Parts: sequence; C-alpha cells; structure tokens
Amino acid sequence: MITQALFRALDKKAIWIVAILLAVAILVPASNLLLPTGHPLRLPNYVVPLFGKYLTYAMLALALDLVWGYCGILSLGHGAFFAIGGYAMGMYLMRQIGTRGVYANPILPDFMVFLNWKELPWYWYGMDNFWIAMIAVVVVPGLLAFVFGFLAFRSRVTGVYLSIITQAMTYALLLAFFRNDMGFGGNNGLTDFKDILGQSISAPGTRASLFAASAIALALAVLACSMVVNSKLGKVMVAVRDAESRTRFIGYRVEYVKLFAFVVSAIIAGIAGALYVPQVGIINPSEFDPANSIEVVIWTAVGGRGTIIGPIIGGILVNVGKSYFTGAFPEYWLFALGALFVVTTLFLPKGIVGLIGQYRAATTKREQHDRGDPTPKQVEAGVDPQPNPAE
Amino acid sequence: MNAILFLQRIALFLVLTLGLAVPAQAQIADADLLPLVDALAPGNFKDREGAIGVLVTTGDQRVVPILEVLLEGELYFDDATGKVVFTSAPSGKGTISDPVTGAELPTLTEDGLEKVKVNNGLRRVLRTAIGQMTLLSEDAGVRRFAAQSILRDADPAQLELLDSAIAAETDDDIQLIMQRARAVIMLKTPEASIEEKTAAVPIAQAIGGRDALNILTTALAGAPAELQPTIQSAIDGLARDRAVWDVAQNVWFGISLGSVLLLAAIGLAITFGVMGVINMAHGEMVMLGAYTTFVVQEIIRQNFPGLFDWSLAIALPLAFLVTGLIGIAIERGIIRFLYGRPLETLLATWGLSLIIQQAVQRIFTANIREVGNPSWMSGSFELGGLAITWNRFYIVIFAIMVFLTLLCVLKYTAIGLHMRAVTQNRRMASSMGIRTPLVDAMTFGLGSGIAGLAGVALSQIGNVSPNLGQGYIIDSFMVVVFGGVGNLWGTLVGALTLGIANKFIEPYAGAVLGKIIILVLIILFIQRRPRGLFALKGRSIEA
Repeated sequence: MITQALFRALDKKAIWIVAILLAVAILVPASNLLLPTGHPLRLPNYVVPLFGKYLTYAMLALALDLVWGYCGILSLGHGAFFAIGGYAMGMYLMRQIGTRGVYANPILPDFMVFLNWKELPWYWYGMDNFWIAMIAVVVVPGLLAFVFGFLAFRSRVTGVYLSIITQAMTYALLLAFFRNDMGFGGNNGLTDFKDILGQSISAPGTRASLFAASAIALALAVLACSMVVNSKLGKVMVAVRDAESRTRFIGYRVEYVKLFAFVVSAIIAGIAGALYVPQVGIINPSEFDPANSIEVVIWTAVGGRGTIIGPIIGGILVNVGKSYFTGAFPEYWLFALGALFVVTTLFLPKGIVGLIGQYRAATTKREQHDRGDPTPKQVEAGVDPQPNPAE
Repeated sequence: MNAILFLQRIALFLVLTLGLAVPAQAQIADADLLPLVDALAPGNFKDREGAIGVLVTTGDQRVVPILEVLLEGELYFDDATGKVVFTSAPSGKGTISDPVTGAELPTLTEDGLEKVKVNNGLRRVLRTAIGQMTLLSEDAGVRRFAAQSILRDADPAQLELLDSAIAAETDDDIQLIMQRARAVIMLKTPEASIEEKTAAVPIAQAIGGRDALNILTTALAGAPAELQPTIQSAIDGLARDRAVWDVAQNVWFGISLGSVLLLAAIGLAITFGVMGVINMAHGEMVMLGAYTTFVVQEIIRQNFPGLFDWSLAIALPLAFLVTGLIGIAIERGIIRFLYGRPLETLLATWGLSLIIQQAVQRIFTANIREVGNPSWMSGSFELGGLAITWNRFYIVIFAIMVFLTLLCVLKYTAIGLHMRAVTQNRRMASSMGIRTPLVDAMTFGLGSGIAGLAGVALSQIGNVSPNLGQGYIIDSFMVVVFGGVGNLWGTLVGALTLGIANKFIEPYAGAVLGKIIILVLIILFIQRRPRGLFALKGRSIEA
C-alpha cells in the first residue's frame, strides 16, 4: 500500500521537484569541493551554508503549507516547532563541545557552569548521542503539536482564534526559553558548536554534507507531503479547508484529519530546524518570536499555498531577497516585507505559482474556447468559496 | 582654647538646668554669635565638637545652615584672620561671604582659605546638633521634618532631646510623630525598662506598614523573654494588616493593568466583532496615538509652555482623529478587498504594521521618547496602606470612561445599532438596508481611534518607541480571545481578569513565568469555550 501511495505521490510535478533537489544536493557540494578556487563554476564557501539555510527555510514553508494550504489551519506558531527541532540539535552539538568550552567542563555546557549548576538537567541526558538527539528532533515537536492540536481541534477552535492561540503558544515558548532556569542557555541560546558526528562543523566538507542533507531532507519532505496530499486523506484535508462543517456532517472526523496534518507538519518543521542550526551555528530564543512565524506564512503565501512547489519557491525567493535587501538597503527591508504582505494578499492570493497557473489557464481557456470545450472547474486554493466574515 | 572650654561648660549648664526649650527661642546679637562661629575653625576635632555644642545652645536658627554646610565639608576659614566664611561655589570657589550676616567679604581671597575639617565622629555630632536645633524650632514645618528624620534614624542618643521636644510640642500631629520616634528609640535602647518598652510596642505598631514590621522584628531579636509575646502579637497583627493590604495592592495593580489592557483591546474587540477580522496593526495605532501625544507636547513645549497641563486634553481628540482616519484609510484601501477572508486580512494588516513601524522609526528615529506627565498626573497619594500613583489612577478612570462611552455609542446611536446588527448577522443586516461597507469603515475607524486614545494613556505610564504597540498586541489578543466578541462586557471582564490574575501570579512566579502561566491557562481555557467567555450565540458563528 505504501508503494502504491508512493507511486501515486510521484506524480509528474513531484518527480521533477525531487529530481531537481537531488541534483542540487550533488552538484552544489561537488562544485564547492571538487573545483579549484577561482574556477568560474565554483561556489564560494560562504554560499553553501547560506543556501543550505534557505533550503531549511523552504522546508519550514512547505510544512506550513501542509496545514495552511491544504488543511486551512493558519498556524502563526510554526516557528516554534522549527526552533524546538533546532534546540534538540543544538543540545547535541553543545554536548559535543566537551572540554573545549571556556570552562572546560567535560559534561556541563559553559552556560550551566556559568550559572553554577552542578549537574545536567534530566532532559539533557542522552543528548550527546546523535541518534537520541535525532529522535528528540522528531518526537518533541510532534508531541507538542499532538497535544496542542488535540486540545485545539477537539474543541473546534478554528479560524482566527486558532491563529491567535498558536501565536500565544510560540510567544509563551519565547518567554520560557528566555529564562535561564529553563536550562537552554537563556538569552544567548546555544552556540559555539565545534563538532557534528566527529567532524568539524566549520570544515567545507561538513558544510557541503549538511547542504546535501538539507536538500535530501527537503526532497523527502516533498515526497511525504505529496504522498499525503495525493492520498484520500489529502482530499479530505482539502475538503476540511473548503467546508469544514460540511465535511463533518458527511461523517469525517475533522479533528483527526487536522491533527494528522498538524503533527506531520510540525515534524517536518522540527527536522528543518535541526538542519538549520548546524549551518548557522546558533539557536536562540528569538527563533520563537511570533514575528518570525508570521514571516514564514508570507514565504508560503508568496510562493503559492496549496501547492507543493510554491512554498519552496517562496521560502527561497523571499529569503534571497531578504539577504540582498538587508545588505543593500537595511532601512527598507521592513517596508519591502510589509509591502510584500499587503501586495501578496491583495493581488496574489495564490502566489507566484498561482500566477503561472492563471497565465496557463488563460491560454488553455483560449485554446479550449477555440475548440469549444467547456472550462474545467478549478479548485480554488485556500479561498473560502462562501465568504463569511464571521468565521 | 580656654574660652571654648568655658563656653562649653556654660552650654552644659544651660542644657542641664533650663532644658533646651529656652535657648530655642533665642536670637542673639551678631556680634555675640560671630566669635562662636569662628570658634569652629581652630583646634582639633574635639575642640570643634565643643564649639558646635556652644552654637547649639544659642538656639539661633542662623546656626543651622552653618552646621549643614559644615556637614557637607564646605565650610572654610581664612588662614590669616581665622574667620569662618561661606563660599558661593563648592570647593572654596566663588564669592566669599560672612556666614552670619551674609555680607560679602571682598578683602579675603580664595587662596587664603582653608577647609574646616570634619570626620565621621564630628558628622554624627553635627547631625544630632542640627536635629536639636530643628526639633525645637519655632517653625512647625521645620519641627515636623526634624521629627520625621529622627523617626527614621531612631538614634538613642537623641532621646533626651526628644523628650524635651515632646514636652514643648503643641501641635498634636507633630507630637504623635515624636511619640512614635520615642517608642522606636525605646525599643532600640537596651537600658529602657520593660514597662517603657511594653508601652512603646503599640505605639510602634501604630506606625504601620513594613517600617513598623521591621522595627518590631529587630526589637524582637533583642527583647527580654517577658516582652517577647507582646512584640510577637504586635508583629502578627501587623502581618495580618499587611496581608490584607498586599491583597488590596495586588488588586489595584491588577485593575491598573487590566484597564490598560482594556484600552488596548477594546478597539480590537469591536472590529473583530463586527468584521470578523483581527487587525494586527492595532498595536501600531496605539503607538501612533502615543506619538501624537509626543508631538503635541513638543509643540506646546516650544511655543506655549503655559499650556503644558492641557497637553493631554489637546492630544486626546487629535490622537483619536489621526488614528481613526488612518484606520478608515486602511479599511477603504486594503481590508475592503479582503472581505470574507479573515486570515488574509490578518496577514495584510501585519504587513501594514511593519510598514507603519518602520515609517515611524524613519521619522522619529528608533530612540525612546519620553512623554511628560502634566503636573496633575504626577506624584501619588495614599489610600490606607496603598500607595496609588495619580497617572495610574487617572488611566483607570479614563478606561472606565472610554468603556462607558463606547457602551452608550453602541446602545443609543444609530451607528451603534447598525454595528450590533452587523455583528449578529451581516447578511440579514444587509438585507434590512444597512449599508454594511459604511458600517465596516466606521467600525474600523472607531476601533483605531480608540487605539489612539489608548496610546495617549500609555504614553503616560511608559516610554514611547516605535515598538510600543508590539508589547501590547499579544496581550490584547488574549483579552479578546478570552472575553469573546460581540459583547463589550466580555472585553471588560477579560481585561480585568487577565490583569488581576497576572498581578496575583507575579509575586509567586515572577513576571515572565507569570505571563507564561497566563498564556497556558488561556490556551487551556479556549478548549472549554472556543469562542471566549461571552460568546455570540446564534447561527452566524457556524459557517
């Protein structure tokens, strides 16, 4: 059955995306590592982690797309899952520092020595083992999403209310992680990483591997999402998005459908966070900032929600733009971002992909019109078919 | 030298025989006083102590400033003549004048001056001396101040002086302070008898508050066994009072925070109720209101300084207009096109909030701006054991007024009726001939205008920066989500509950953890009541 689902998932578009991502996963590290410095096709060292970071952002946007674009749940707290995954990875990397820290304590990370802690808190145990840390990367965001989603969806918190409480969730976590007592380094977060799996984290080889890992993880996420979306469950998800009450009346357990999408999405976000941290070298509580989570929403929206490729394009494009803008015109970046929000919601409700789709639809329509075929009914992505402001 | 010793004896004699009340009335001739003042200069610290004692016995009020200057170490004398002088500027600079007559002394130069040295022992003597002179002053204000300072320091050495002052005191109020000071000294003095101490306990208890608690707790440690139950029961009584006042204080802080939340959230609640959209730029409207106040105050400061106390009265309508018009512009320009897509509206308004923040930062820079309190809003007053600052007090009053006004607008005006109708059922209202687009625009304008008013209020209790709104926006959301929409009372109850709960959790858990607990509680609460405390009933909510 799984092979069947996989087969179905590999529709034409998804195959292309996966193929491109795998090609990127091979070509970029190859170009960076194998070609001599100065070669016109060689990517400079700084570019590799930078684009690796964009890939993890794209993955986060894809995760959000799964719940928002396909299931109609606008989460304003997806940054929290990303950050938790990142913290799990950060804890592993922190334990790898060992005696090379400022205080040279073999067990305790520097900030704990600084705070006069005598022993490791229980939740840090085992985090020096890579595989246990990787389990935490998947399980902790998934569990948080499960508990939060179970409570929220069961009592039918929907629409704007749900958005607001997801925001409250990430805000509460932001405040919590700022506290030194939490044992996550407080304000400064976790940083000064040295090794990952025995390799120096700043070595070009490690960076290239991390980039490749990010691209492959994104490809797998695309596969997973595509699998979910193209399954029968995926159809129900879209039904929930477009007419929740109706779906419920037909007999579907809407809350479980939503819960499933939410948990899968949180896990993808957590993995993205775990890949993000070694590439940027730091994780701190500002990742929980509600503003970050809203920014993720705009990546998804710009690319085109309700599609698999959209959020990937949006995540990469907006962040490349951000890197450029914050370098070239730092004062204008927030203007640009703000305008992006307004323009996208007003004029590009389906994002860039939607724009292309519109263009193509217009051409086919013309062709069909020429041939005299009836217009195929389009699935309106994310647009409520029955506008009701009270929702 | 001998003369000083002689005078010292006279002083002692005067103290012993006449008490201090008699010289307190005295005002001796300049010629007699001058040599006594000059006696401060020569000799060692011991001699100086004697000279101070002599000066005190004169009871002449002109001595007090001299002693105070000496206490600060800014008294000088001329090396050649030995004359003690004042200088107009610190460190022996400026014009030189006579300390008694105040006449300028042009013959003396800065170079010839030398400092009258003081050490810690002498400073203590000086403080007591000043206390003596002021405690027995003819001026009631001086006496009250001196009594309070003795109550604060409670130096057992001043007991005798205090006793004579109590005997001479005619003002009941000041005498009470002195009695209390005496009681505190009694509790401190090991030599005092049990009876005296027992009598002192209720008087010290009557001082009330943390001060009394501290005094009695200290006294308890050194008290003899038979006295301890008395002190202990007094401490218990105080602690009980304190507990009651602490609760009252928390309630007050909670109401104060709640009224701020109410102001920030109420505009949000109306727009959410009527239009079903969350205005993420609401916090920026609050910020713009605060900046309006800042600009108004700047203009007043530069052009009409006399009008400063009226600055808020001018800023309020202006802030309402500015933010209200911006709100209408946003509604007409953007939100109108996102009709029926509440989540998109949320994103668009978030984008707007970024633009507004950045624009304000460009215009006013990111620096924190301080907005002044008009004189009638600064300071505080005491209500029982509560210290209430006027600005907080007025903000509570203001929040109540805004709330009541809004209630009346919704209940008794045509636009209010329309707003309620649209809140309940938009399509039905539209069918009945209500122009819903107009209602939307007016609602958004009204909501934003109220945010502007909130900004004026918030500028009075904190600094103004482009991020001002961000600090309040999540809390405002919580109020709206908690209270429910469609009913202003929900917002009121929500704001006050959150405010008071916050202030009650804070002392136990700390501010940050308290906030986290509140957020978690709200997330849990929303499970029970997904549409808030005062949910709108009817079919319109189920789409």
